[in-house]
Amino acid sequence: MKNQAPKLRGPSAIVSYAALSVVSLLFLVPLIWMACISFKPAREVGLPHILPKEPTLSPYAAVIGAGASASGVRVDAKGETERRETGAFNYALYARNTLIIVVLSLIGMILSSAIAAYGFARIDFPGRRAMFAVCLATMMIPFPVIMVPTYMIFRELGWIGTLMPLWAPAWFGSAFNIFLLRQFFMGIPRDLEESAMLDGCGRWSCFWRVILPLSTPALAVVALFHVLAVWNDLLGPLIYLSHQDQFTLSLGLQFLQSRSGDTPWNQLMAAATLMILPVVALFLIAQRSFIRGIATTGLKG
Amino acid sequence: MARRSNNLLAGLLWTAPWWLGFLLLLALPLAFSLYISFCDYPMLQPPLWVGGANYAELVHDGVFHKTISNTAVFAAVSVPLTTVVAIGLALLLNLSVKGQAFFRACIFVPTIVPMVAAGAIWMWMLNPDFGPIANLMRAMGVDRPPLWLDSPDWAMGALVLVSLWFVGSPVVIYLAGLQEIPEELYEAARMDGASAPRRFWHVTLPSLSPVVLFNVIISVIGAWQVFALPYMMWRTRPGPDRATYFYSMYLFDNAFNYLKMGYASALAWIQLLIILVLTGLVFLVSRRMVHYRAA
Repeated sequence: MKNQAPKLRGPSAIVSYAALSVVSLLFLVPLIWMACISFKPAREVGLPHILPKEPTLSPYAAVIGAGASASGVRVDAKGETERRETGAFNYALYARNTLIIVVLSLIGMILSSAIAAYGFARIDFPGRRAMFAVCLATMMIPFPVIMVPTYMIFRELGWIGTLMPLWAPAWFGSAFNIFLLRQFFMGIPRDLEESAMLDGCGRWSCFWRVILPLSTPALAVVALFHVLAVWNDLLGPLIYLSHQDQFTLSLGLQFLQSRSGDTPWNQLMAAATLMILPVVALFLIAQRSFIRGIATTGLKG
Repeated sequence: MARRSNNLLAGLLWTAPWWLGFLLLLALPLAFSLYISFCDYPMLQPPLWVGGANYAELVHDGVFHKTISNTAVFAAVSVPLTTVVAIGLALLLNLSVKGQAFFRACIFVPTIVPMVAAGAIWMWMLNPDFGPIANLMRAMGVDRPPLWLDSPDWAMGALVLVSLWFVGSPVVIYLAGLQEIPEELYEAARMDGASAPRRFWHVTLPSLSPVVLFNVIISVIGAWQVFALPYMMWRTRPGPDRATYFYSMYLFDNAFNYLKMGYASALAWIQLLIILVLTGLVFLVSRRMVHYRAA
């Protein structure tokens, strides 16, 4: 039974509408402001009015980077402090790099997490409980603790300065997603697989033909959060990438901002807008999955 | 039993992605990290065992003290504030009015904005010269609005404010929690003549307490690892008087700017300990306060 409060009427409805509108506006104002500045010509940026008087696309032209080749300067492991000014933001290039990481890691993340989750959910083998407990415990370990040795490993492999360290680890799944999918798989009635197995279907094909098709809602949640996490990640690219040609959107935006001297605000906002648009679009398309995902991970986590 | 051990091979094969990753990308690095936290390790030369010297150095490291107190203050302010604001917003968004879905989306959209972009936006909003907030304050008669990001007194407050912009995800979790509370409880409370505040205090809050516990733990862990937002907003200037130099930033600088890998690893282990102890404390304190409804 869903708990739905009775419909509000009269003065209390007006008060709650007012409160909801004010709060919603407060949360949206920064985004609205960002979009407005991004269409302002440079001379209008410092003026207090929010809407551009003479809207222009030139900030976008400056950061979209189509056709322009990024001229980078090699930077050593000391990283950030040594970086030199090497041209503005290159959206086309950074978005491509980010997408490469998103796609390659997403395939691995989904496959590996689902396979391992199936093992934990359905195969009754000695040591399963202990292994799953360890899996849950690893969620507590913050990335910084293993940041240095992980960097060493990738350096030994010769992966520093490539996109590899940013997507390859996803092919081992993640404890959190394994947990999430295992919970979901446990909820699928066993009869479905058993009857398929009687028909001569092996475990592997059962997994592909029965379990995965039934799990699309859970897989969608895992995929959504993974895409967001990759899109958002700054620390990983900061550690592993040294050449501007390989920058992701996060690192590129941070770099654009950190260039000394006065920041061209309209360009910074245009770059931020371009970076946010794809994830907002994703949110609008998949809003239900998002909300359900957060709600279930939160309640059953 | 025979069947069960027959399953061992299958089980190990299916779970291989996890345990291979666990061994290679977690257990091995953890062991190595613990080892080099007892070493002098400038990355380009092999690690040199120095015993507890790194940990001893921490005791006298003023920057370490500064970053740890900054991070503690940030966690101590932002976690309770986020919790209260999130519960308040969840109650507001749970009111059944037309356009409820729209209002919920408005609160939630900022949470999907990448930290770096959020940093850029708020650097603009809080710009002391021509940012909207400073303009608004001047219009309201404040002659000298705070410098926000550049002021040692206001920088921390600014970061807390920005982190509140991301309150949407706990709000969604609380909303889901509110939906789970059986209507009978409210009806019974109404029959007993309980006022709205009392219903909130005696029905809503206890029923919501497991969700609160979950959120508090997640936000404590998150607050102790805060990195991208302050890194974005204060990288070019380390923050006024280091007021916004946080633990993870100092760890990162030690590892990748000063190349003190051993020292950075010691810092990392202290961070892990702090997080474990705080999580344990939250659990202990919550034992009396969290009510689990019999399923």
